[in-house]
Amino acid sequence: MSVKITIGAINKKHGSSKEYKTGGWRTMCPEVDLEKCISCYKCYDYCPDAAIKKTEDGIEIDLDYCKGCGICGNECPVKAIIMVKEEK
Amino acid sequence: MTENEDLELFSPGHRACAGCGEGTAVRQILKIAGPNTVATICTGCLEVVSTGYPETAWEIPLIHAAFENSASVASGVEVALKELGKKEGVNVLAFGGDGGTFDIGFQALSGMMERGHDVTYVCLDNEAYMNTGIQRCSSTPYGASTTTSPSGKYSIGESRQKKPIAAICAAHGIPYTATASISHINDLKKKVKKAIEVDGPAFLHVFAPCPTGWRHGSDDTIEIARLAVETGVFVLWEAIDGDICDLNVTVKPKKRKPVEEYLKRQRRFGHLKEDEIAKIQAEVDKKCDKYGLPERG
Repeated sequence: MSVKITIGAINKKHGSSKEYKTGGWRTMCPEVDLEKCISCYKCYDYCPDAAIKKTEDGIEIDLDYCKGCGICGNECPVKAIIMVKEEK
Repeated sequence: MTENEDLELFSPGHRACAGCGEGTAVRQILKIAGPNTVATICTGCLEVVSTGYPETAWEIPLIHAAFENSASVASGVEVALKELGKKEGVNVLAFGGDGGTFDIGFQALSGMMERGHDVTYVCLDNEAYMNTGIQRCSSTPYGASTTTSPSGKYSIGESRQKKPIAAICAAHGIPYTATASISHINDLKKKVKKAIEVDGPAFLHVFAPCPTGWRHGSDDTIEIARLAVETGVFVLWEAIDGDICDLNVTVKPKKRKPVEEYLKRQRRFGHLKEDEIAKIQAEVDKKCDKYGLPERG
């Protein structure tokens, strides 16, 4: 891949890291049980990768970016998120 | 807390390790700072993971400076904005890792505070030079094994105590200094808000565990940050106008947990024997006494 370097290496594509999907790093995958979710959004707050979206019924995990670290599962106060082995 | 609560100004796709505490810290800090923010970063994990050319994870204007001068570039940005008459409503944030703050960038940071620039400096502390391969730093705590302070037959790992960087910064008499942890997000956000609102320099010391260097599970990051606060290893406080004799401890655990609970979760402390743990506990007890934290439960 060739990259054209701009003068001063100025990068005007804000947020362009989204083009790279870190979901491929995952070895463990979060599974959400929305029946249990109390919409406290602790998982949303703690996620280092902004991979959790708030929704009307709770949360949704964006598997394009989730690296499978498991922080959400560990911090969930009602155990609504469990980590399972990623199937490839 | 603010209208920017749901804005993600630190985009996913960045290459931080799974479970990296800095990801959580920067996301939350930028939610408070908002889109009208100019940031500078120096060399360190944060730069490496978020600005791999031609990509960037940042949704705000960002300048990458060399290792030692996040603070001096931020000073320049602040002066330029003032000269152009554009400073009103714009926040200037300077980010540095612990290496870029405690060691390499310290004189630039000290100068920035002494000159009184209206900049909020955020130190993301993961207690060693992590992106180059876990070398010890003046932020590395006593007893931690790193690649340049390895534990072994004749070594207990790092032999020096952690530098009290926030107290040193407060001693400059700056309007706002605080320590914060990613485990206590509301406390962190309140402090970011105060730091940005004051006129003049502010320093935030943010505790951000590193699963790669501290050798703990990637899912344990927040729990370990919380244990650091609950054991008294990392005390959350704020000081106004550099008054460290009258600082405000913002999170006081009802009963302090024994420091062993924090140490035994991380393999960098895995080699420590009982007598060494007792020594660390004694140091923590002494520090907590000074901060008026409760007795060990």
